[in-house]
This record gives sequence, structure tokens and C-alpha cells, in this order.
Amino acid sequence: MSAPATFPWFARHEFRLAWRDWLSMMTAGKSGRLRVAALALASFVVFMHFIAFLALRNVADMGLNPDKTTLVVITGCALLAWSLMVSQAMESVTRAFYTRSDLDLILSSPIAARKVFSVRIVTMALGTVLMAALLAGPFIHVLAIRLGARWLAAYGVVISMGAAAAALAVALTVALFRAIGPKRTRLAAQIVAAVIGAAFVIGLQVAAILSQGTLSRFAFLQSETLVALAPDVTSLAWWPARAMLGDWQALAAVVAASSMLLGAAIFFFSARFGEHAIAAAGVANARVRQTRSAAFSNASPKRALRRKEWMLLRRDPWLVSQTLMQILYLLPPALMLWRGYGDGSGVYAVLVPVLVMAAGQLAGGLAWLAISGEDAPDLVATAPVPASFLVRAKVEGVLGAVGVVFAPLLAALALIAPFQALAAAAGMAIAVVAATLIQLWFRSQAKRSQFRRRHTSSRVATFAEAFSSIAWAATAALAASESLLAVAPALVGIGVLIVARAMSPRKG
Amino acid sequence: MNNDSKPFALDIRGLFKRFGSPAVDGLDLRVRSGEFYALVGPNGAGKTTTLRMVAGLLAPDAGSIAIAGIDALADPVAAKQVMAWISDEPMIYDKLSPLEYLQFVAGLWRVDATAAEARSRELLDWLGLAPHAHERCEGFSKGMRQKVALAGALVHEPTVIILDEPLTGLDAGSARQVKSVLRERARAGGTIVMTTHILEVAERMADRIGIIANGRLIAEGTLEELRGQAGKNDFTLEDTFLALVGKEAVAA
Repeated sequence: MSAPATFPWFARHEFRLAWRDWLSMMTAGKSGRLRVAALALASFVVFMHFIAFLALRNVADMGLNPDKTTLVVITGCALLAWSLMVSQAMESVTRAFYTRSDLDLILSSPIAARKVFSVRIVTMALGTVLMAALLAGPFIHVLAIRLGARWLAAYGVVISMGAAAAALAVALTVALFRAIGPKRTRLAAQIVAAVIGAAFVIGLQVAAILSQGTLSRFAFLQSETLVALAPDVTSLAWWPARAMLGDWQALAAVVAASSMLLGAAIFFFSARFGEHAIAAAGVANARVRQTRSAAFSNASPKRALRRKEWMLLRRDPWLVSQTLMQILYLLPPALMLWRGYGDGSGVYAVLVPVLVMAAGQLAGGLAWLAISGEDAPDLVATAPVPASFLVRAKVEGVLGAVGVVFAPLLAALALIAPFQALAAAAGMAIAVVAATLIQLWFRSQAKRSQFRRRHTSSRVATFAEAFSSIAWAATAALAASESLLAVAPALVGIGVLIVARAMSPRKG
Repeated sequence: MNNDSKPFALDIRGLFKRFGSPAVDGLDLRVRSGEFYALVGPNGAGKTTTLRMVAGLLAPDAGSIAIAGIDALADPVAAKQVMAWISDEPMIYDKLSPLEYLQFVAGLWRVDATAAEARSRELLDWLGLAPHAHERCEGFSKGMRQKVALAGALVHEPTVIILDEPLTGLDAGSARQVKSVLRERARAGGTIVMTTHILEVAERMADRIGIIANGRLIAEGTLEELRGQAGKNDFTLEDTFLALVGKEAVAA
């Protein structure tokens, strides 16, 4: 047992909290579900190994001195994963600043804030590494089995990437705090995190569209133009890739460099964490004046409810960024649409599933906000209007918002490929209605601020929403290609809804 | 019209609700129009469960609830039209200003826009919120939020106001303001049904007090009548309450 208020004591405390938080997320706070969660996790790991085996079944041994193209592809994939890790770490850092659950206690205790926040930064790095290891592990194992144990060195690179991602996330968030202040940082950090997470994926897709006319990132990574532009094989830039391949010297250098980065971040920024957390706490007490307040004048109950949903969403930039960030992924298809304008080729069929999937996911988020994320449930429930009327008004609000976001893209598609646009519109409508129904069946009262944790309230709802969107996206894609096979995913989509309804606590 | 001849604003008969064990156990409660009624009882006695069923937020397992003569279980929409509910944790929208919140509530209760605007400004002025009418509620203290919720409850001029611990966590100034608003409302003919654990408030404000324990109404009346039921005429309400609840505990 470590002595109180020492570094190991705090570390134990933090890890215990992180472990319980993770358990609660996996089991939705129900202790009886622990076995189910463990089984689900084990199934996920097995499934990921299967996927890894399929993906890597034809991979050839690259040796310790691969060619430049191989180095470019490995480094590109690693950067893609790293951008997601930085994004995840930034979200953790922002949470550490703005989630006040224990900050009052910690900051009012006679303990140096530096000590507490040093541990917290290490915990964030570990969280990032564990998540990455869970996803990358199966691929590393398959490579180690097929090409040799030296591939296990990739774990060292994953750990290094996590440490470097945490260090960069801390530095970026602290820099934002100093540049724009605590009030704007919460929103800005969320947007920066999402943009970093999406930027590399989208960037590669955009480059692939512009150079190859395809959405495939790998086609771009293997293109002669990129390989020619990349540094020579002896460059230090390839050391992480070489470390993954089992070059122990490169691995040692990568681990040492990332450890130094994390150490520097802890040394320079841990003391500032406390100051910034106090500044962030003060943001909640800031007052905002509204200039206009005539939005609800002459409003019927239905209109008042619809306007209220829109107004609350519009006035919460954090929620807007959270819900609309998925729209970023529409950028490549939009670019593809623009590039191929007037081309008349069948390439637009590729856009259909992207649009349907994005609409379904956006509708799921908005429906949760409107249906479960009601901040004044008693007020709305005691209003003199039937319950069905309230639900209808809220659903209309969701449909309207999704319509506004997607109508321009759909209209553009309709001009050049009317049939594909029709398939997309039908698919989107069904996906949106399905996502909204699932949210209705699984509604459970929560604060809007819990939006990011909505997936933990019902795993069934989360999976049903995802599978439903995928099924309707596949249906629309096949329908857009005029294939009768579209019936198969449509049946799956209907099946998902039937199962979700049967398993839901509400059958209405 | 004397008090006994006034119609019932709230008429609860044989109300029953079970969460594993009974939370409300065959409760009968009648409150006349224009009456200020305080419901007191120990923690877990069933006060909040009762009021949530009255407000239509919880379905009873058995029994009937009539509000201003309207069967609240058969026609909840009509019953809600004449009633307002305020909980101890004021749930308002952080991103709306008090004025917008009141206009939203007025929209839900179909209050005419011009009347709602005038009434909203009058209420905000009355509750000392006029300087904050255009500020978002997100930075408000608990007292200010409770006052916004109270204004929301009054904006549609309900005949019955149901309040669950409305003074919890309020400072002396805010508590006095809320009490004065409620007293004024009762004087104007409104019916107030309120739970409170502050016995002094019940003693000073209520026309009649009901004591609830184990989901049943164990005593009811004016302070004098309750003292009589406890068997001691020099008891304070606190003494009376403890004596009656103690008897019930022994009986249970």
C-alpha cells in the first residue's frame, strides 16, 4: 500500500477511477451486465482477429529493409491511426479541464496540483494507448503469426504513438487556453480534436480524388507521384515504420523520443493544469445576454416545442460541433460530386451509401437530443398536450434539421444523376426514420450535456442504430446500381428494427 | 362562501402506488379551492410520489385523482391545463433567457402572445428578475432558477399549483420572495398544495396541514386540530409532528 498523497497513491486512485469509469461505460452502470460485457469484449477481439486475418491474408514479408512504397504505406497508416489517437487524447484533456466532478476537492486540498495532474496526464496517455492496442493488437498478432515474432515490436510503436499523442494533446489544449481563454477553449478543443481525427482520413481521400479520381486512400498512398515526393529510404522519417517491422534500433529511438515528449509535457504543463481548471470552472458562472426574445411569440405548443429544440441546439456550439462534425466526412463525396460534375459516369453510386449513412447517424444524435436529452422533462410532461403530440413535434424538429443539412447535396446529385439521387433520398428517409424510432423506443431521460455518453445508456440501441444505418446505406447503394440484391440488406434493416423493438423497454 | 362549501380543487381517493413495497398506500386527500395546503412527513413517506401522480408524471396503480373537478386520469390534458407543477430541482433550459422560457411555457399552455408577454414581464418584475430577463439561465444561482421556474408556473395562471419542496436550498431573501408569491396567489383564489420539510413554513403559511407517513395520511387539519390529535395543546408543530409520526411508527 503506497503512502497517501504520493505519486503512486494518486496513480492508484486515478487508475481505479479510470477502471470503474470504463466498467460503467461497458455495462451501462448495471453490475449484472459485467459477464455480458466481458463476453462482448471477447467476441469483439475474436471478430477483430478474423477481420485482421482477412485483411492481411495476402500480405508478403517485407523484411527489415523494405522499399519506399512499403514505407510510405506503413507510415501513412500509422499517421492515420495517430491522428485519431491525438483526437482522443485531446478530448480526454478537455474533459479533465471541464468535468468538475472531483476538481473542487483536488484543488482545495493541500496537495501540489502538479503532482495530481502529472498522474492525470499519464492516465490519459495510458487510456489512449490501451484503446489503440485493442484495435491494433489483432493486426499485430496476425502479422506476428504469419511473418514472425519481430512484428510484436509494433506494440512498442503503439505505446510510443500513444505517449506522443497525449503530449501533443496536452500542449495543444494548453496553447488554446492561453490563446483564446477558457470560455472558447472547450468548443475550440472539441472542434480541433474532431478536425485532427478526421483531417488525415479526409485529406488522403481528397488527395486520392484529385489525383486518382477514387475514394481509396491506399491507391493514393501507393501512387507513383507520392512515392517520388517522399524522402529517401534512409530518412529518419521512416524510423517508426522500421520500428514496426522489428528494427530494434529504430524502436529504441522511437520509444525514447516519445517518452521524452511525454516527460516534457508533464514537466512544462502539469502545473498549469490546475490554473486552467480553475479558469474553466469560472466559465459556468458567466452570463450571456440575448438580444432577441420573440421566438416563441404566437407559437402553438407544437411550434413552440420545435423552435425550442432548434434554438437550444443553435445556442450550444459544443452540441452543434458534436452533432455536425460527422458532416466533415461528407467533404470527400461532395468534392467527388463537384469533380465529376457533368461527367455522367456511374461513379455517383459510390456517394449514395455515404449520404445515407451520414443522415442516419446525424438523425440518431439529433433524435437523442430531442427525445432523451430534455432538460426540463417535468415541464414538458405537465404541459396540457397529449404525449403523442409532444413526440411528433420533437420528431418533426429532427427531420427538419436533417433535411436542411442534406438537401443541398441531394439537390446537386439530382441534377446529374436523378435515379441515384432518388435512391439516396429514399435510403436517407428510411435511415432517418429508423434511427429516430430506435431513439424513441430506447428513450431514457438524461441531460443534454451527457450527449457524448448517450451510447452507454443502451448498448442495444447503439448497435441497432449503427446496423440499421449500414443496412439502409447498403440497400440504397445497391438500389442506385439497379441491383435486385438491394432486397437483402433491406430485409436486414427491417430485421434490425424488429429485433430492436422487441428488445426495447418501450413498445410505442 | 365559507370554506367548507367551496368545491374541491384536488380530490384524491384510494391512491395507491407500489415500488416493490407500497410508496402510497390507499391515500385519500381533499383540498378545497383557494386553500393553502402543506403536506409534511418524514423522508420516504410518499409525499413526492403523491404529488408526481397528481401532476401526471407518474401513473398510479389504483385510485382516482380529480383536479378542479376534472378526472386527471381520464382526461390528463384538461387537468394539466389548470395546473402547474414545480419540483425541488428547478429544471429550466440553460440556453434560454427567463423571458424566452416564460414565452415557451406560455406557448405550451396556449396563452395568447400579448397576454403572455405582459404577464411574463410582470412576473419577472415581481420576482426581481427583470434585470436578468434577457440573460441566459446557465449562469443563474439556484434561487434565481427556482424563481424562473415559479414564474413559469404562474405565467399561464393555473388554478392549482403543486410544489414539491419549493424552498429547499434557497437563501432567506429568495425564500421570502417565493413565500410571498405563493401567499399572494392563495389570496387571489389559487389553490396551493406544497410539500415541505420545513415545519415552520407549513405552520406559518398553510391553512391546513396534512401529515403523511408510510404512504398514508395519518393526520390532517389546522395546527390547532393537529395539536388536538396529538393530545397536547401547547405543542409546536414540530412536537405535534414527531408525536403523530412516532405513534404511526409504533402502530406500523
